[in-house]
Amino acid sequence: MPKQIHLAAHFPGVNHHTVWTDPSHQPDTQTAFASFEHLARTAERGKLDFLFLAEGLRLREQRGQLVDHDVVGRPDTYTVLAALAGVTSRLGLAGTINATFNEPYELARQFATLDHLSAGRAAWNVVTSSDAFHGANFRRGGYLDHADRYERAREVVEAARALWDAWAADAVVADAATGVYARDRSIGLVRTDGRLVDIEARPTLPRPPQGHPVIIQAGDSDAGRELAAQVADAVFSRHGSLEEGRAFYADVKGRLARYGRSPEDLKILPGASFVLGDTPAEAEERIREIQRQQVRPAVARAFVEQLWNRDLSDYDVDGPLPEIDPLVEAPSITQGRAATFKDPFAVAATWRALAAEKGLSIRELVIEVIGRQSFVGTPEHVADEIDRYVQSDASDGFILVPHLTPHGLDEFVDRVVPLLQERGSFRTEYTGTTLREHLGLPAAGHFGRTLDGVGAADEALPVA
Amino acid sequence: MSESRPFHLAVELSGAGRHPAAWRLPDADAAGLLTAAHWAELVRTAERAGAVFAAFADSVQPPSAATDVVQARLDATGLAALLGPLTARIGLVPVTPVTYAEPFHLAKALATIDIVSGGRVGWQVDVAAPAGSGPGDVQAAQFHGRSAAGAAAQWREAHDVIEVVRRLWDSWEDDAIVLDAATDRYIDRSRVHDVAFTGETFSVAVASITPRSPQGQPIVVARGDSPYALAVAVTGADVIRVAARDVQGAADLVARVRAAVAGSGRPAGSVHVLLDVETLLGADEAAARGRLAELDSLAARAFDPSGLHVVAGVDRAADALADLVELTGVDGIVLQPLAHAGDLALLADEVTPRLRAQGRLVDRPAPGGPDAPRTLRDAFGLDRPISRYTAAR
Ligand SMILES: Cc1cc2nc3c(=O)[nH]c(=O)nc-3n(C[C@H](O)[C@H](O)[C@H](O)COP(=O)(O)O)c2cc1C
Repeated sequence: MPKQIHLAAHFPGVNHHTVWTDPSHQPDTQTAFASFEHLARTAERGKLDFLFLAEGLRLREQRGQLVDHDVVGRPDTYTVLAALAGVTSRLGLAGTINATFNEPYELARQFATLDHLSAGRAAWNVVTSSDAFHGANFRRGGYLDHADRYERAREVVEAARALWDAWAADAVVADAATGVYARDRSIGLVRTDGRLVDIEARPTLPRPPQGHPVIIQAGDSDAGRELAAQVADAVFSRHGSLEEGRAFYADVKGRLARYGRSPEDLKILPGASFVLGDTPAEAEERIREIQRQQVRPAVARAFVEQLWNRDLSDYDVDGPLPEIDPLVEAPSITQGRAATFKDPFAVAATWRALAAEKGLSIRELVIEVIGRQSFVGTPEHVADEIDRYVQSDASDGFILVPHLTPHGLDEFVDRVVPLLQERGSFRTEYTGTTLREHLGLPAAGHFGRTLDGVGAADEALPVA
Repeated sequence: MSESRPFHLAVELSGAGRHPAAWRLPDADAAGLLTAAHWAELVRTAERAGAVFAAFADSVQPPSAATDVVQARLDATGLAALLGPLTARIGLVPVTPVTYAEPFHLAKALATIDIVSGGRVGWQVDVAAPAGSGPGDVQAAQFHGRSAAGAAAQWREAHDVIEVVRRLWDSWEDDAIVLDAATDRYIDRSRVHDVAFTGETFSVAVASITPRSPQGQPIVVARGDSPYALAVAVTGADVIRVAARDVQGAADLVARVRAAVAGSGRPAGSVHVLLDVETLLGADEAAARGRLAELDSLAARAFDPSGLHVVAGVDRAADALADLVELTGVDGIVLQPLAHAGDLALLADEVTPRLRAQGRLVDRPAPGGPDAPRTLRDAFGLDRPISRYTAAR
């Protein structure tokens, strides 16, 4: 049997990727529950592993103003997933929630609640953006530096896992005849005494159905990769090309042994977009139209402004790139999105060379740079490519990012999934009930300590 | 009884019911108390009973050492969200202790439940146990770097939390999303507003990440039975819940609440006062008594009512509830069933049909007609407010 592909559906949203100029897009498309329900039901119909929600805790700004040219606004991650739990039965429900601006006690309780209500389908993508820009909306305020935010994430995940483990696996007896609801001394007290997470808590929920909800990690730095190797069950990566994907895959999987883990214990899932056509030519034609809609003039200008770190409102996006140099000393003109340019001068030089070689305007250049879609072609071609990437260890599968909300996944499920199923590399039915089972992950407890009988018996429990 | 005012019935749910042995009754589904199916069934029954809302009790109190009571408790916010798409008319009211919570997260979570329920969320504000009490310190220790504050400070903060959450709910005007391809604008940024709130214990700078929800301002529920809580409820709540040991105590408290509301300058009809009543129902009086005896025999201690309670057959229960409304002057009752399973079914099948037949239940149709979605504001006869930022234009 070929290596099995794992597929997830990203609810598309706050980025340039979503084609909101499509006539189907309404003012409430990005928030209406019907949108989430449609994508979830489509993903479940396609037997996908999970639905994925992103999160950003402050509306993005550029040049001190709200970004208004892309999708703006989204609902709260946790409550949407809880609502989806009631209208789906097998699909995993994965949500991005920040580890810096939430208390571990609350995070553990929310994901335990979601795991109970969905009977074992919850996943938490642990992210760490922690700058003062986001902090301005929270009690915690301020920010943590880069090293500390991963330290905090690790301590938070460990605390959450401790909270999930705190009730002994067989704590709940619920025996009406004998009147024992919870076994004596079976609800442990979790104490963490981390530098950044120092709590003492006794959670209100039994061990979640999955033991531990699935942990996803999305950071790309060395510290992020190390955290993934140490604590995550899956990585949401941005390395989607064959070569970059293989390098990333080898790097992250290579870190697992240090933590006593095997390569299958961590799934690598890059984000991927797709454009289908009946013929290669039709797919090419569609992608050109989609790119024009994604990279509208304001989007192109904003993107170049981010690299140049300057107000470029006087430039014609149908004209050439700026001759002036990027501004590197000044504070970033962009807030609320991860900085992606490490060396602006080098990138600007590359872009100028590319633009000169192909005779590209600003907008055409931006289309070249960010308009790329991962998989373009006939359904047969796209299925071939996805399978090839997975079989050659560029990934364990993909988190699919449609360009339309919420119908963008429909044709993938109708036309590509059956081909992957024919090849025997994607499931035709769910074989398990939990997300851990869909992902082929080892049972939780792998990381968790077995606390049954430990500690709790040593002390008097507070009586309400 | 003279011509009676129609009143609201709501329910508050927790564990398997208020009685410590409720989970041991044969129909209690003790093994399923944490499942979606269990709560969907329960709340659909409450919906069938015509309950204006179901409140979901919650707190940051850890489980106790007792082995004979339900120690597991789901997060009420997630539970209310689950039930949004699974119900059609009933309000969904999670209780949230705000003391250790981030107001920004609360605002968007509640707005989102409003979205997934089509405008049926309510928010019951509570605080954690105060400093100086054992539970206060135990609760605070669950949160990094926090220690318990006194009740006065906690309620002052709750007042700020309501204020900032309400501002966040308004921070997107209703028509902020313009989808104007000609000018490349998804939103009109002049219609998304910084809330710029700085209080004693926290500040929130900018707008919510979530656009304005169906109700605009979800219903805010607060308790009015302590002076600190009442002060906050009077200025910030749409629904004020009270509990009392006896009818006279309840009538006095309700009068105090109404006077406080009037004193605050808010119009009388804009605030609804609801009275907590513990209930145990039976097909008739003997059956109700029998159920109580059975429950008491299963518990370590006999049931100790925390206040007004009705243990009665379905006939008398309907009258007893109507009488309580008449005698105390409340706008409605929050039933706290001693045992969810049996009580909610009897309520739906026997009690509310009687009250309805007598015209005693408020049951406002949706403004858009009987089949149109009805928001919780609609159910209470409260208009949908425009955003304060729209009003300030
Ligand atoms: C019931 C109970 C559960 C605990 N669960 C965890 C846990 O899941 N993770 C963890 O890191 N520590 C856990 N602890 C450990 C405490 O946080 C603390 O480090 C420990 O009790 C130190 O004492 P020891 O050295 O005797 O183990 C738990 C302790 C008790 C008593």
